[in-house]
Parts: sequence; structure tokens; C-alpha cells
Amino acid sequence: MLRDLRQIWAQAVAIALVLGCGIMLMVGAQGTQRSLEETRAAYYERFRFADIFAQATRAPRALLAEIGALDGVALAEGRVTFHAVLDVAGMDQPASAQVLSLPADGAPLLNVPLLRSGRLPDPRRPDEVLINEPFGAAHDLVPGSRFRGIFDGQLRELTVTGWVLSPEFVYTIAPGAVMPDDRRFGLIWMNAAAAASAAGMDGAMNDIALSLTRGADRRAVIDALDRLLDPYGGTGAFGRDRQGSHSFLDSELEQLGALARFLPPIFLIVAAFLVNMVLGRLIAIERPQIGLMRAVGYTRAEVALHYLKLAGVIGLLGILLGWGFGWWIGNAMLALYGDFFRFPFLLRNPGTAAAAVSAGLGLAAVLLGAARAVLAALRLPPAEAMSPPAPPVFTRGWLDRVLGAIRLRQTTMMIFRSIIRWPGRAAITLFGVAASVAVLVASYFLFDAMQVVTDRTFGQGNRQQITLTLNQAQPLAVLDDALALPGVRAVEGAFAVPVRLVNGHRDRLSALQGHFAGAELARLMDDVDGAVALPAEGVVLPALLARALDVRPGDRLRIELLAAPREVLDLPVAAIIRQGLGQEAHVAAPALFMALRMSPRVNQIHLLVDTDRMDALNAQIKRTPAVAGLADWAEVRRQFDATMSDNLLTMVAIYTIIGVLIAIGVVYNAARIQLSERAHELASLRVLGFSRAEVGFVLVGEMMLLALLAVPLGWVLGSWFAAGMVEAVSTDVVQLPYVVSRRTYAAAAAVVVLASLGAALLVRRRLDRVNLTMALKARQ
Amino acid sequence: MRLSDTMRDESLKHGPVFRVEGITRVFRTGTVEVHALRGVDLELAEGEMIVLLGASGSGKSTLLNILGGLDQPTEGRVLFRDQDLTRASDARLTAFRRDHVGFVFQFYNLVPSLSARENVALVTEISRNPMSPEEALDRVGLKHRMDHFPAELSGGEQQRVAIARAIAKRPEVLLCDEPTGALDSKTGIQVLEALDEVNRDLGTATILITHNADIQRIAERVVVLADGKVIRDEANPDRIAPSQVSW
Repeated sequence: MLRDLRQIWAQAVAIALVLGCGIMLMVGAQGTQRSLEETRAAYYERFRFADIFAQATRAPRALLAEIGALDGVALAEGRVTFHAVLDVAGMDQPASAQVLSLPADGAPLLNVPLLRSGRLPDPRRPDEVLINEPFGAAHDLVPGSRFRGIFDGQLRELTVTGWVLSPEFVYTIAPGAVMPDDRRFGLIWMNAAAAASAAGMDGAMNDIALSLTRGADRRAVIDALDRLLDPYGGTGAFGRDRQGSHSFLDSELEQLGALARFLPPIFLIVAAFLVNMVLGRLIAIERPQIGLMRAVGYTRAEVALHYLKLAGVIGLLGILLGWGFGWWIGNAMLALYGDFFRFPFLLRNPGTAAAAVSAGLGLAAVLLGAARAVLAALRLPPAEAMSPPAPPVFTRGWLDRVLGAIRLRQTTMMIFRSIIRWPGRAAITLFGVAASVAVLVASYFLFDAMQVVTDRTFGQGNRQQITLTLNQAQPLAVLDDALALPGVRAVEGAFAVPVRLVNGHRDRLSALQGHFAGAELARLMDDVDGAVALPAEGVVLPALLARALDVRPGDRLRIELLAAPREVLDLPVAAIIRQGLGQEAHVAAPALFMALRMSPRVNQIHLLVDTDRMDALNAQIKRTPAVAGLADWAEVRRQFDATMSDNLLTMVAIYTIIGVLIAIGVVYNAARIQLSERAHELASLRVLGFSRAEVGFVLVGEMMLLALLAVPLGWVLGSWFAAGMVEAVSTDVVQLPYVVSRRTYAAAAAVVVLASLGAALLVRRRLDRVNLTMALKARQ
Repeated sequence: MRLSDTMRDESLKHGPVFRVEGITRVFRTGTVEVHALRGVDLELAEGEMIVLLGASGSGKSTLLNILGGLDQPTEGRVLFRDQDLTRASDARLTAFRRDHVGFVFQFYNLVPSLSARENVALVTEISRNPMSPEEALDRVGLKHRMDHFPAELSGGEQQRVAIARAIAKRPEVLLCDEPTGALDSKTGIQVLEALDEVNRDLGTATILITHNADIQRIAERVVVLADGKVIRDEANPDRIAPSQVSW
């Protein structure tokens, strides 16, 4: 067996690499997923991440006792939270923060912040605060440092006492932002009394967290909580599934799972085919030996076992490679996630399940691949097996007449005849190469999708430079005030309100955006069709949201406004759009305010600004209490691009390697088999006076013809994979648009064709080593 | 100067096609040295037919391979017309085979995926002054089987296709290594007749290796090799027709 293995070692390694890729992805992605899940579970458990969350405008603290007494509630905690603009030394633009109150008696019961350095604030000192570690690190605000915040219209000097991490904010993102930005958005924990006075919330709370008893009815608790909070401006309680940080983590974990399920089967199938092809050839060469073994009394089972063991060794090699690289890539991915998400610790526990399942599947794939080749060999009676196989029979078909009519050179004819004579083998090569094109299309397409999302979000959708978020809705006259701010050239108002969208028993928490006519800066965009003109009546929904609510255009939707003026509207769904980022409902402002029977208002102001007066504007905003937050779109875009290009480039590099490996594995094996079967024929051509290049053409030409034929097939497969990727990686938060550019198709084809050519040329070099006189001596 | 240009000038003078001077060929496998040829001198005249006889391992095939540009001698010189093939590059040897030499082997070496006509066309497509594949096949009496694939032809028919393929380029030399070795007497004689006709009609110098001593009677000259040396080289004044060969 070792001798057999030595004979096909290069091919065995090529197969093992393809198999290893599949196993690597399975082990790496599943291991990372499991480690992250365990890390998260441990973090949540130790730091008591709440089960139910709710916000209200202003609820009396006394209500907490009633909430705590609800059936199924273990712990209930209330706090005050609000957003504030910060003035941090060393940063021209204002930062913003979410402020959270700490109980008077120290650490909270739920969502416990983990002190990473420093100490808790002194309960008697209203100016002492904790900040989240990433924000502290971004500004070098070590314990003892000071910064300023505008609370309740007053500029307040604050002192940092410590850095914390919280299970509530594993993923931290400013409201309305596209990407996390630790410089521009922070979290501040301050003493309850100080927070209450800053927010005008003495004796009240506006944020409630609950933990549940074992076996509690989550839905019932949410409903009961909603009823209790309703008189106090409750905005709708929700479970972990809607909690920002948790749901984002969930979608990341889902994507990892999809990666582990989606691609490995392709590799396993390709590996099975390759084993079949290579062993089939090896058995053909060893046919006389098999006959001899059977003739001297070896049973079929013994002979079969020999070849299955050979396949097993190849499988084992692939499994070991896959495990090794999977372990390595898993660690690298975990480190990457550890950086991106804010866990205080990482539990590295990839588990054995992924390794065991991937090994089982890998072995099954190669053994199934081998079984077919082995069975075919064993069906022959020993006597027939010992004599050389009959020369292949060629017959003329309709294709020959077509090929003959176009007067191809005979060497080209040989290529076509070989493909027609062994269609199964050609199909394997074709399928393998197509699979590698498909893998590349499905990964490169992510660039196209992101390009569209970026272009729609930044280039066309949000053309404003700055968006100001107001503390509360104001009459349209506020726009004139905004226009008077330093450097402002144009202003545009918008109105957004948190809502619960309800259709029958389905409901979603979302936001309703009111669009004013003639808005030129912030426009509603469809990923495919571009700018959307809002219909005069009814709401426009992104497709994912419409699907979640199971509504179609024409259906009526119940819209519960969760903030002032807290009305319930019943509006028709006017249209459904495709949108990659932001899952909000949209309505024309006149229709909205008509339904609300009130004069138009705005709570967001979009600005165009002279860039050289930006500093003056920033300074002014830092002193304007009506503004709760500021988004600088150029900065947002820079952050977005940086994060995306890093992630995408890494991913695309990995997929390119994978795609290239499949192509090389398939073409190299196919070419080696061709060479071994046709060495005699190709040597004959050399004897007849064909040059090395001309003979090489027959070998390389067939491979390249198949590779070229595989390209369109790979494009089709790849566009399916891309559609699958859209499904697999789309979450409630992000929906990738399905767009595949010509550049993607061209790049995928070019990479694979070049890789195939490389593999075929590698085999062609062996042709030079074929000894002409020896090749001719042997009978075929 | 190109080989084919000199060839045309030289052919008028009826000088030797090949001149072999003291060639040896040593094969080394590991530490073992096998002397396949030990100083062979030979000349082949224009249009001449030589039969090369000798036991297995006497060096016949090695000599033929060296003449055909498939192998190179360890020592000595091989001249085709006045061109020295002894140290020619691979590209020059390829061009030499393409332009001047026709090969016929014991096991035909046809391309199984090409029909008879296509096997011949394979060569005519890369030759300077070929006859048509149909004409070549007609010469070996196979015009009616042109569109058959090798697997559909008998051994004799396959060998005749191989001969048609070898002569279609109008080579100056035809090198045949046991062309009848795998054939029965009837088809063997058909093959010899085809070779004899080509030699007479086209004036192609022919070297024919055989185990069958009786075949030497169709040649003008018989060269016998033993142990890597020429032990006999004599003319055969009583040349017979292939049909008279007893098998």
C-alpha cells in the first residue's frame, strides 16, 4: 500500500488539501461559534445579563415593586438613562454617550458592570463616573482624568473613577450609527441621584431590566410589563432577541454557523470525485495485479480493503490537515472576534463535535468515492483482469460530423474525442473547476454587495455632512435656528419615532421615519432601483421587515407610536423596497402629521456645512442643550470603509486560496490521469515529429477547454451560491443586496483559469521526462 | 542551412542518406553499464532497402532509434546527408523526424481516438510536401476503410495505416521496427508488400528490423548485428517479392 501511495503521492496531497479545506472551514467556523457562545453564556451568567428589557418616558420608582411581583419575574431593576453630548479634550467634534444610573448602594443587580480598573464612584460625589473601557482607551481617559458633558442644558465637569465592561454592551453602537465607534460614542455610569437630577427624573426611572425565574412565560411577562408601563410611556418590552448587543452577536454567530454548513459540502463532494478518479486510474494500472491476487486466492473483500485503506489514508491526511488549519484559523477568528466584541475573557472551547463530525463526513466522502472505483475492478473475473484492457472504442457520432466539417487540426480533434469518449471524467473536471469558480463568485460578490450598500447609504442616501439628533421634537421653525449655526449652508428636517409594527400576531419593534417633501440630503433608497419617491399615503417597508410581519402592498399595518404623541395609527402598506442597512418603516411627513392631527415637527436635522467652519460649528453644538447627538457622515463612512475592507479582504483572501486549491486539485489530478493513460499516445506524437509544445497542447488544451467550459457553469452555480449567501448572512439588521458585477464574474474566471493553467503546465513538465523509446516499446 | 534544402541537392548525387561512424551506446542503470552498441559503422544509400537481423539485445532497435533521432550515441558520429545529428538539440531532432523520417513500429502506435484518415492527416498537417491522406491510404490498399477507428481495424490493417501515416510525408527514410512482429503470415505479407511498393515507387530508403530470417530475402542488403557489433553486411542479389516469403 505504501508503494501505491508513493506512486500517487502528489495527487493524494492535492485531494487531501481539497478535503482539508472543507474540514478546516467546518472545524474553524463551528469551533469559533462554540467558543463565542460559551464565552457569551459564561459572561451573561456571571454578570447577570437581564432577560427582559423595557423603556418608558417616566415611571415612578414605586412601580418596581409591582413589576417585581409579576409572575415569573426573579429580579427587577429600574434605572435612569439618557443621551448626552460630551466635550472631550483632544477631540474637536463632540462625542456622545449613553448615561446609565448606578444604584445608590453600589453595583446593580442585573447587567452588572465589570470593573476593569479604578474604583466605583463615591455615592456622595455627583461628578464621579465610570466609563466603558473602549471609550476610555480611545481617549486615554484613565481613572482620575476629567471631561465635560452637557446634562440637562448645563455643562458639567466629570471625573473618571474607573473603566468597566458590561454584558449589555458586548457590541456598542450609537443610536442611528452604522458602525461602532469607540471614539465618538461612550457609556457613562453615574450615581443614581446625580443621573436623576441631570435627567429631571427624581423619584422616577425610564429603563427597566428583569430576570426571569426558571420556566417563566416570557411572552406573558412582556405583556404584563407592557400593561404596567403603558401609562408611563412604555415603549414596549422585549427579550434578549431584540436587545441590540445580543441580537447583533446572535447574527454574527448565525453567520459563522452558515459558513460551517454552506461551503464544506462542496469540498467533500469534490474530494470524493477526485478520489474516485485517482483510484480508478490506479486500479486500471494495477488491473493485472488485482487479477493475479484474485487468481492466487485473495478474496474480493481483501482486495477491496487494500484500496479502501489507501483512500482512508488520503482521507486521514485531509482530516489532519483540516483539523490543524481549522484549529489555527479558529484561534485567529476568535482573536478577531475578541477584538471586535468586548468580552472581558474568551473561553477557548471549540469542542470535539465539529472535529468528529467533519472527520466522519470527510472519511465517508473519500470512501464512497473509492468504493465505486473498487467495485468496478472487482467485478472483472481474474483471467480477464490479468490481460490488458481492450483499447478504447471510438465511434463516430453527430458531433464528429460537426467537428469534421469545421476542419479542426487532428490534435484538436484528439482533445474533443477524449472528452466525448470519457464524458464522466470530463464532467468531474468540469464540475470541480466550476465549483471553484462558484466559490470565488460567491465570495467576490460580497464586494459588489457592499459597494451597493455603501453607495446607497453614503453616496446617494445620506448626502448630508452632519446629522443632529434633537432631545425632543420641535416645530419647523427650529430649522431656521439650525441654518443660523456657524458654517451651515443647507438644512433639512426629518422626524423619527420608535414604533411597534403589528400585523395580527406578528409584531416588530422598529422606527417610523417621516420624510418631508423635497428632501434632497437624506433620501430613501432602494438597493436596486435607487431613490424612492414616497407615496402620498401609506408606509414603505424594507423587504425583510415586510417578510417578518408577513405584509404585502395593500395590507393594513397597525403602527403603535412608542414615544410622544403615543398614538396608534392604521396605515396601508404602500410599497416594499430592497434595503441593505436600516430596517425602518417610512412614511411621507404630511401623511404622518395629518394622521396624528398635529402640526409638522422635526427631531433630526441634516446639515450641509462649509468644511472650514466645522470647528466653529462643533464648538457651538457642544454648547447647545437641545442637541442630543451629532453624526459626521464623512467619519462614519471612513470607519465603515475601514472595517469592511479589512474584513472583506481577509475573507476574500481565504476564499481565493480555497478556490485556487480546488481548481488545482481537480485539474492536476485530471491531467496526471490523462498523462498516465496517454503517455504512449503522446510519445508517439513526439516520434512523429511533433514538438514538445504541440504535444503539450493536447494535454493542456483538453484541461483548458474543460476549464473554459466550466467557467459559465461556475458563473451560474456561483450566482446561486451568492443568492444562498444573501439568505445565509442576512439578519434582521443587515440585508445584503443580490448584485453580482461583471468584474466579479471576470475575476473569478481569471483566477480559476490561471490556476488551472498552472496545474496543467505542472503536469506538462512531466511529459518532457517521458522516455520516447521506452514508451514505444511497451504495448498499450 | 536547413536540412531539407541540402537534402534536395544531395539527393541528385545519390550519395548515402545516412553515414554512421563508430557509434557506441552505453545505458547506465545504477552501477550497471550495458553496452548496446560497440562501434558500429554503416551507410544507407538513396532508395536502398536494408534488413537488419539479430537476436534480442543485439542492438538493432538502439541503432534504429539513433538513426531516427529518438536517441543519441554515447560516442561516434551520425550523419544524415551532411548534417551531423550526433549532438543535435531536441528541437533539431524533432524537426529532423518531422521532415525526413517515417516510423513503423511493431504495435502500430496509432492514435485510438482518430480514424485511419485522421491518423494520416495528423502527419500531413505538419509536413512540407505531403501526399493527401487519401492517396497514402490508397497506396496501402485501405481507401475503403478510411473512416474506421483503430479499434475497428484488424492488426494488419492497423499496421498498413501506420505505414500510410509514415509515408504520407514523402520521407527520405522509412525506419521499421518489427512491423510484422505482431501479425500472422497473411497480413504480414500484405504489410511487407506495402513497404516494398513504397520503396520501389517512391524510392524511399528503408531499414527493416525483423526476427524472421526469411524476410531478409526481400532486401537489397542484409546487415546482421550481434552483441552490439555488425558481424555481417552483404548484398542480396536474389531479391524476392514479399509474396514469396515463407513465414
